[in-house]
Amino acid sequence: MTAVLGGRPEGMSTLHFAMDDADGIDSRQRLVVVGNGMAGARVVEEVLERGGGDQFAITVFGEEPHGNYNRIMLSHVLAGEEHEDDIVLNSHDWYAGQGVTLRAGVRVDRIDTHAKIVYAADGTTTAYDQLVLATGSRSFIPPMTGLYTGEEQLLPGVFGFRTIDDTRAMLAAAAEHERAVVVGGGLLGLEAARALQGHGLQVEVVHAGTHLMNQQLAAEAGAILATSVEALGIVVHLATRTTEAIGPDRVRGVVLADGRAIDADMLVIAAGIRPVTEVALLSGLEVERGIVVDDQLRTDDPDVYAVGECAQHRGELYGLVAPVWEQARVLADLLTGTDPDAEYHGSRTATKLKVAGVDVATMGVNRPERDTDEFLVISEPRRGVHLSVVVRDDKLVGATLLGDTRKVAFLTQAFDRGTPLPAERIRLLVDLSDGAAEVGVAELPGDSQVCNCNGVTKQALVDTVRAGTTSVGGCMDATRAGKGCGSCKSLVKQVVEWAADGDVTEDASASWYVPGIPLAKPELIAAIRDRQLRSVSAVFTALAPGGEEDAKSKMGLTSLLRLVWGAEYEQENDAKFINDRVHGNIQRDGTFSVVPQMKGGVTTAAQLRTIADVAEKYEVPMIKVTGGQRIDLLGVRKEDLPAMWADLGMPSGYAYGKSFRTVKTCVGTDFCRFGLGDSTQLGIDLETRFQGIESPAKIKMAVVGCPRNCAEAYVKDVGVVAVGNGKWEVYVGGAAGATIRKGDLLATVDSPAAVMELSGRFIQYYRENANWLERTYDFVPRVGLEQIRAVLLEGSEEVLAELDAGLQRSIDAYTDPWGQDGGQPATPGQFRTALPLVDLPMVPVR
Amino acid sequence: MIATHSDAPEAPTSAPKAGTPATEVADGAAAGGAGVPHVVGRVDDVPPGEGRAFVAGDVQVAVFRLRDGSLHATQAACPHSGGPLADGQTDASVLVCPLHLYAFRWTDGACTGAAPPVQLFPVAEQDGALVVTV
Ligand code: SRM
Ligand SMILES: Cc1cc2nc3c(=O)[nH]c(=O)nc-3n(C[C@H](O)[C@H](O)[C@H](O)COP(=O)(O)OP(=O)(O)OC[C@H]3O[C@@H](n4cnc5c(N)ncnc54)[C@H](O)[C@@H]3O)c2cc1C
Ligand code: SF4
Ligand code: FES
Repeated sequence: MTAVLGGRPEGMSTLHFAMDDADGIDSRQRLVVVGNGMAGARVVEEVLERGGGDQFAITVFGEEPHGNYNRIMLSHVLAGEEHEDDIVLNSHDWYAGQGVTLRAGVRVDRIDTHAKIVYAADGTTTAYDQLVLATGSRSFIPPMTGLYTGEEQLLPGVFGFRTIDDTRAMLAAAAEHERAVVVGGGLLGLEAARALQGHGLQVEVVHAGTHLMNQQLAAEAGAILATSVEALGIVVHLATRTTEAIGPDRVRGVVLADGRAIDADMLVIAAGIRPVTEVALLSGLEVERGIVVDDQLRTDDPDVYAVGECAQHRGELYGLVAPVWEQARVLADLLTGTDPDAEYHGSRTATKLKVAGVDVATMGVNRPERDTDEFLVISEPRRGVHLSVVVRDDKLVGATLLGDTRKVAFLTQAFDRGTPLPAERIRLLVDLSDGAAEVGVAELPGDSQVCNCNGVTKQALVDTVRAGTTSVGGCMDATRAGKGCGSCKSLVKQVVEWAADGDVTEDASASWYVPGIPLAKPELIAAIRDRQLRSVSAVFTALAPGGEEDAKSKMGLTSLLRLVWGAEYEQENDAKFINDRVHGNIQRDGTFSVVPQMKGGVTTAAQLRTIADVAEKYEVPMIKVTGGQRIDLLGVRKEDLPAMWADLGMPSGYAYGKSFRTVKTCVGTDFCRFGLGDSTQLGIDLETRFQGIESPAKIKMAVVGCPRNCAEAYVKDVGVVAVGNGKWEVYVGGAAGATIRKGDLLATVDSPAAVMELSGRFIQYYRENANWLERTYDFVPRVGLEQIRAVLLEGSEEVLAELDAGLQRSIDAYTDPWGQDGGQPATPGQFRTALPLVDLPMVPVR
Repeated sequence: MIATHSDAPEAPTSAPKAGTPATEVADGAAAGGAGVPHVVGRVDDVPPGEGRAFVAGDVQVAVFRLRDGSLHATQAACPHSGGPLADGQTDASVLVCPLHLYAFRWTDGACTGAAPPVQLFPVAEQDGALVVTV
């Protein structure tokens, strides 16, 4: 829990360089930034971009120990959609690389503006010439009885939602608890509520306003939103407050103003934010609600500036990131002298719910404010849709999109840029199909911001395209545009297409089989056949640009070569993922797991005895019954694998490969009073036939003896269900892993032999046509059940014979890898430890 | 049929420090300062395209022999979360850790994603022996 985000391997660092003031040899001005959040870091970036590194020795203080991260993305992290490592914007290394001194984990207490010295909580003093306050906001915690256990110490189970540490704490708690109350029905509260619900918690939102998101939405839109949110299973309480947190040891529930009590073991407070102004106050700077700044972002001290959420400009406080980017640019222009007259005149803001399960985007005003304002509303409460725009003097000054955000990119553009609007205003909200062109991206000025979350301009995208990245995904990766709330994706696409002038490369990953070879699967297979390429290195030499190998393409190519050549493929161990090199699944500590084959989930006393003996002999840390109906020996040292396999004398269960895995079965006719077919035997036969066959992704099957479906055949890649009278249904494309999908009924056949034949043909068709790592649950809907039926049920004898032969080639090539490499290592040191000084296993022993 | 013994880890190098310092250092520029060279094993211990782990002095290192014949050495445990780098996959420009597939550049050890960089060590072949300087 204490890992430093964007930190260095040696741990947290306070970097000092020769340009530190103590050395006194640096002739540059000293620029000190207080606050290492979105605003502080952005100011530093903008200053450096303007060559400010030569003008200033820069020191940044950050109370959080982490590098600079994208706070907006915390909602995605909480929802489990994004890993925390992927939201780092500037790591500690970045600061070091830029020669910027980062004092991470150090809070600034006050500033002596006369002596121009910064006093930090660690007792150090730092002199400055120019100072920037970017202390941001903190969660506002409304008064409630019983909320604190001690001074400033919140009751366990109560959380704010502002920092990565808050987010980590909530994730940890969400894993252990069942019921959450979220205080606040604004953007943040709804995102938190939906994210927690995604972790399986029952969530209730308590909102003081009379409708949700009352800052952004008009009352009728708010009412529709509440209905949509409740439809997701989140309970909403409006126009009431939480007055008490029920304790005493940890939160047990809350009491509402009307006296009702709600049970809860988590209480998340998202009731607004308050600017952090203590430093400014203690330093004698003018503070109202925020730190007061002028149009040059100066406080009442000429050498002290404030930017971001802590700043109050023309009476406004902002709680969004777009104003932060604008302010940072103005301030950098001023500090570096790039534009000594630069001024900030305030921002118009737009927002979008990111993880709420209901699409909401708003910008500007939500109602007409002047007699001459045009106001257009489309309201469909039953569909949960409410759309409105406000137009003033032919310019868009506000829009609300609820339940349908298809027009958001166009409207954002019109709102930000004041681009011309269609005369028929209805076109702002719906697409009328007469093909009239929309306002083009060509007119957008270069500095217009396309992605607000990550502050990417049109020019940045254009430059990326000019520099040779001509795919939409490539540009998104390179600039991070579109990787925040996602509302700008279609605009990003338009800009890239325009910049590439019709020369957009289809996203490589989309059409190529593997990233390192610019060919789609059919062409790649044809080239491999034509040129008789039998090893992965031969494929790279012949087909990769410049003949260059690509590590991340190797595994997919190995699989493909085995599909094409069967036993005649030339094995190269370095082209295999470690799992396939040592025929076990790598564990978090570098040990492996051993899952012996147990066809159809059927075992014997002798097999169990052997497994028990082997587990004891090799001190296996955990023996577990898997979700695939067999037994897993976990935490085995690599060097023990061959001996263990030999002692087991059982074939590999292939629990590690992108290959055919298991066939789960139920007990069927032999034992079950409802059984309509011998599912156990059919499962065993299927597993025997398809064992070890490599495929684009895992293939899991199940056979059940009746539609009660005890072995979950409806949700397998191939699922077989006995329906009586000797008939069997064959389902394909089912899943119950990360995606849940009921399989599609491919056909009902009338014998076990027909099941074997049809499922074999399906497997082979899938092997030949699916993208690398594409499971059947994506493949079947992509290709379409009709197409699959047309080939497998009505296709020509010739095509079917080819499918059968292709599969047979792989079946014939099967050898049990444990029997094979166990006796004779494929390469020297195949089973040598990769961490010689570490005492493995480090996984817990049970 | 038990093959583990030929496969067991090399006894942590009681192998002497090489008599002559490694002069031809494969990737000296990016690697650390003046270290001590250690003979850790034979080049043939590392199959083409793969990596193997060794102990150099008291440092565990992963040595890779790429298909173009070049040698590279890194710290053995991944800076991201301790993954066994010698079990990773390689190409001419990067090493990919087997646990979470972060990639690290041979030129400077930097991660192409968000993980911290990996430490590189100079490594060279001398009469078939692998010499790693740590
Ligand atoms: C051992 C087992 C869990 C258990 O203790 O029961 C397991 C363990 C792993 N599963 Fe699983 N899955 C296991 C049954 C399942 C099942 C249930 C089943 O097979 O009926 C599912 C849902 C069915 C499905 O696949 O659709 C399942 C869906 C997944 C997924 C999600 C795949 C998806 O696209 O939806 C992954 C991730 C992936 O493949 O990328 C995954 C990945 C993993 C990996 C391989 C993660 C990894 O890449 O290292 C786990 C290996 C742990 C280890 O170190 O050994 N495992 N996994 C089960 C082994 C079954 C077996 O005997 O072969
Ligand atoms: C979960 C979440 C989701 C959001 N989603 C969106 C969204 O979708 N769109 C949008 O536009 N905005 C969103 N925001 C708001 C956005 O993150 C903020 O507007 C932005 O972070 C403001 O930047 P800042 O630098 O002013 O403040 P911050 O990013 O909060 O940075 C302030 C930093 O200063 C540090 N600090 C404070 N006092 C001191 C001190 N005395 N000494 C040293 N350091 C100090 C703090 O520790 C903090 O790291 C979201 C915010 C959250 C929390
Ligand atoms: S669900 Fe599967 S992948 Fe996830 S932790 Fe469990 S075993 Fe690993
Ligand atoms: S441990 Fe190496 S990538 Fe995670």
